[in-house]
Amino acid sequence: MNCDRATRLMSESQDRPLTHGERTMLEVHTWTCVGCRNFRKQVGFLRQAMQAFAKRQNDDDEGPGAGRV
Amino acid sequence: MSTAAAVPDDDLLDSGYLSALRQQMVKFAQMHLGDAHLAEDAVQEALAGALVGAERFAGRAALKTWVFAILKNKVADVLRHKQRMVDASSLCKENEEGATNDLFDQRGHWLSDSRPTDWENPQACLEQQQFWLVFEACLDGVPAQLSRVFMMREFMGFETDEICNTVGITQANLFVMLHRARLRLQACLGQRWFDAKDAPKKKGRR
Repeated sequence: MNCDRATRLMSESQDRPLTHGERTMLEVHTWTCVGCRNFRKQVGFLRQAMQAFAKRQNDDDEGPGAGRV
Repeated sequence: MSTAAAVPDDDLLDSGYLSALRQQMVKFAQMHLGDAHLAEDAVQEALAGALVGAERFAGRAALKTWVFAILKNKVADVLRHKQRMVDASSLCKENEEGATNDLFDQRGHWLSDSRPTDWENPQACLEQQQFWLVFEACLDGVPAQLSRVFMMREFMGFETDEICNTVGITQANLFVMLHRARLRLQACLGQRWFDAKDAPKKKGRR
């Protein structure tokens, strides 16, 4: 397992359940790879940020001249 | 009672307010549809539908939530019914072009410049206006084909098989594309925000 493949699995974990084997391989890889360990947290954050972003687009008055209370 | 009462802030049909709202809607629709014409149409329809009962809304915030909910549905409809936007072969090609060899070495390990650092408490950024400017710029920087499926997934909340059917790609293709989109976004946020020396981040200074 290399980092390209590991990050791919981390990405896929947002879209489908990983198999037991895949999870194990990821565990082993991230145990020794600090970059991928960071990426794993960040891929979760990306989803969170996208949800916050979508919400902002819906109900935030961010545009100039937007009405203020 | 003063005669010339100022236009109240919550005058929903004030034309200045409506045109600003309309602009935001067009921007939103265009981001998703990647086509000015389709975007105009969707906004037109959404506004027409939404404003029929506009007087009923308690204020601008409520109205805005409402029109964007309608617009979001319109955009999702257009995405679903639009002919397969791109054929699979052109996607694959783009995939090669959007390759990741600037992030990984030949053996697929992080290049030292691109190895993700610890972002500590990234959630704190979600409160910072500045962060969202960078975030939006990074989203804009994701290659168009990748961005389209990524937005369908993460913004519109489509299920993966729905995206595959709409765009006409396989699941495996989609996973590759989402992976690359996420890598791009991660790298950009790292570079332009979390690792940036001059970014007004996490110091709690505003």
